[in-house]
Parts: sequence; structure tokens; C-alpha cells
Amino acid sequence: MQAFTYHAPRSVNEAVELLASTDGKSVLLAGGTDVLVQLRENLRHADHVIDIKQIPELTQLKTTADGGLSLGSAVTCSQLLHSEPAAPYVALLDAAQIIGGWQIQSRATIGGNLCNSSPAADSVPALLALGAEVEYATPTGTQTCCVSEFCTGPGKNVMNGQGLLVSLKLLPLGPTSGSAYERFIPRYEMDIAVASAGAYIELADDGTIATARIALGAVGPKAILATQPADALIGQTPSDELIEDVARQAATLATPINDMRGTIEFRQQLTYVLVKRTLHTALLRAAGQVVSHHPR
Amino acid sequence: MPGKAPAKMAISTTINGQNYDFLCEPRQSLLEVLRDSLQLTGAKEGCNNGNCGACTVLLDGEPVNSCIVLAVEVQGRELTTIEGIANRGELHPIQQCFLEGAALQCGICTPGFIVAAKALLDKKPNPSEEEIRFALAGNLCRCTGYDKIVRSVQAASERIQAGSTPKQNPQPNQTNQQQAQQQQ
Repeated sequence: MQAFTYHAPRSVNEAVELLASTDGKSVLLAGGTDVLVQLRENLRHADHVIDIKQIPELTQLKTTADGGLSLGSAVTCSQLLHSEPAAPYVALLDAAQIIGGWQIQSRATIGGNLCNSSPAADSVPALLALGAEVEYATPTGTQTCCVSEFCTGPGKNVMNGQGLLVSLKLLPLGPTSGSAYERFIPRYEMDIAVASAGAYIELADDGTIATARIALGAVGPKAILATQPADALIGQTPSDELIEDVARQAATLATPINDMRGTIEFRQQLTYVLVKRTLHTALLRAAGQVVSHHPR
Repeated sequence: MPGKAPAKMAISTTINGQNYDFLCEPRQSLLEVLRDSLQLTGAKEGCNNGNCGACTVLLDGEPVNSCIVLAVEVQGRELTTIEGIANRGELHPIQQCFLEGAALQCGICTPGFIVAAKALLDKKPNPSEEEIRFALAGNLCRCTGYDKIVRSVQAASERIQAGSTPKQNPQPNQTNQQQAQQQQ
């Protein structure tokens, strides 16, 4: 690996100052499962590596005052999977437990997965479905944006190498709600999504759908929030026909590429199937059923 | 390489219950330092990019790929490597069961599998087959396939549960061959 200077700042301010003073020649290190591989394979160059794991607030995972969830940017997948406050955010857990294997989950962070900004990132459709807000620090102050505005293209995000992701804030969950994330890969584990979907459903007292969010992954330059199809669910009583119809609408929003892992047509068909499945799973979970695709 | 190399850093850590102090460059991976500086060569370099799990070690009890951990990151932390699994020359039940179950061929992946299996059985002493396969998904074997490995972890789980001390096999090689023949 190329030579660099290692920094382990103790505060967000210190990290942001380092980032600014090293003039674009630094890289932030959280779990390192992407960054260290990129440095070793010369896909990225850095004279300075700034390890953010010594900043206490970035490793915190807690319920917020409004009943939502605050996730520090250096929280690992393992930490998330074993945390009580995160347990109701099932779509995000679905994603966290299939990001690599156990060795990767011990190190990889949800924040890093978002900052790496891969269109196929597993956590991003889950974050979109759960309505996450991103807080990031820059030399000019702290900024926030909706997670749907954070990634701007493959490997790119609004921070443009000048900011530090501080935390992700997830909306409070409705009393009768469920969420799910699923991806398609050609094998059982340890692969990158060919297509993926995340869904969140909140039911009103009369059993109709009060809130719905649907997100699509790996079928565009960034994950897609399928707003219109999700809105078509609102006020409706859940039924197979309704889900079928909404899943077909959602699939029309997919703009995938042809590559060795799947054709455009295949990914569009997968999007339809995965949206259908995640909506079904989210509804079952809203009804209080435990639906688990993997041992946790 | 432009400029001079950054200064080496002094790192203190605990490996297999022993204190270690070493100097390393920031760019060195934990795997490089374990193998090249500390002569702990049990962890293997397979892919060197976090895919194969041959370099698995436990960092504060959690399995990690040591090829994608910087050595400077283990300051003050606790590590367990394959060298720390056996107890004073007596094989751990997982090691013994891998031997008896012929759960290896070339052996490169074996230290990683054993360390990951130890992490699993420490957390979940009686895992289902699905749980074993899921926990070991980050370890790749290109020789035997996974059935013998999974069966050996199941056998180790039973042995640990039964509380029996592992028996030393006087002729492990012969037993391996006999078992391999039986299974073919």
C-alpha cells in the first residue's frame, strides 16, 4: 500500500480541520472495507488517512428525543445488528446482515456504505425507505440533507470529499408499521446486488395504508426513491392486486445498465419482483409477524 | 515514491493474551505486521482485499479480515490469532474436529475458518447448520467444498457442549486418510 500519514482525531471539528488543511489529499477511514482496498489497488490516492473511529459521538447509536434513531457515521453493521434501539428498523438490519460476511460486518459502517456511494450499496434503499436524514460537517458548518439527495452518482455525493458524515437520523416508526430490504444476487451470500428494493409501510387504525415508501437499488446511477408508486398505496386497503400494480409501476422507474451481472430487462423484472416481495414482507411485519430471511 | 515515508508508529496491543509492542508504518496492514514483523504466520494472505477470510483474526472478540485493518488501528485492542486457539499444545475442539473430519485439503483457508468458527461457537454454542453456513460465508475454501467444514464445526459444537476434553489422536494422518476413503 502507498505511504500515508495516519491521524486519529478525537472530535468532529478536529477531523474537519484536518480534512481542510490537507487540501484534498486526505481520505476518511471508518471501517476501511472499501477505502483500504481502494488505496491498496491504487484506485484512490491519499497522503493522509483520517481515522474517525476515535470520535466518541460518531460511534453512538441511540433513540432521539422524537422517538427516531440516530446513527453515528462510524457505527458498524455488527453494532447495529446487536443494538436494542435499532431493532425495530428491520429494513436496515436486513441490509446490514448481508453486507459482506461477518468479518466485513465487524468493521463496515452504514455511514461508510453511504459515503462510498455505490448504486448497489445495500444500506441505501433501506435508509431511503426508512426516511433518513443525513447530517454532515464541513469547514463552513454542519449541513443536513435528505438521504435521497446525498448521493449524486456512482461514487459521488454532495460532500465532494470536503465533508465528514456525522450521523444519520431515521424517522420515528409508526405504531403499526413494517419495513423490509431484499436484494437479488446469483448466490446465497457475499455478493453485490444485481437489483434491490426497500419498503416501509405504516397502517392506520382502519387497516388502510397511512404512509408508504419504496426505494430501488442497483437499477440507476444512484438508489431511486419511488415516490409516485408509493403514494398510490396511501389510503388503500392492502391487497395482492394493489401490490402487484404498485410493483409494476415501480419497475418502470428502474433505469438499469446492461452488464455481466444482468441485462436491463432482467433487472427491471427483478425490480418488480423485489418491490412486490418487500411490500409483502413489510405488511407481514406491520401485522406483527416475524419474517426473517437470514439467521440473525 | 514521492516525499519521505511517514515515521513509524509505536503500537501496543495484546495478542493471544500476551503484550506486544511494535513499530509499524501507517500503510502496513495488520496481516503484514502479524506475519512479517511478529512472526505470527498462522493468518494467511489469500486475496488481500477482504473477500476470502484466510487472514481472519479476532479483534476484541469480533472476526475481522486482518488484510483490511491497519496495524495502527489495533493500538490498545485485544487480538486473537490462530496461534492462540490451542491451549498449551492441546488442540481446541474445533481444531481437533477439523483434523478428524478431514475438513481441509491444502489448508490455506483453515486458520481463518477455525478462528471464525471459534467466534461463532463462543457467541452461539449450539448453532444450526444454517447459522454455521451464514457465519462462515466470509471464509472461502477452494479445495474441499464446505460440507466437511460445516460437519466439523457441528461436531466441535457437540463436543464443547458435552464438555469433554478433546482427545489427542495418536495417528491423525492415518485417520484422515481412512476417513477420506470412507467418505468418497
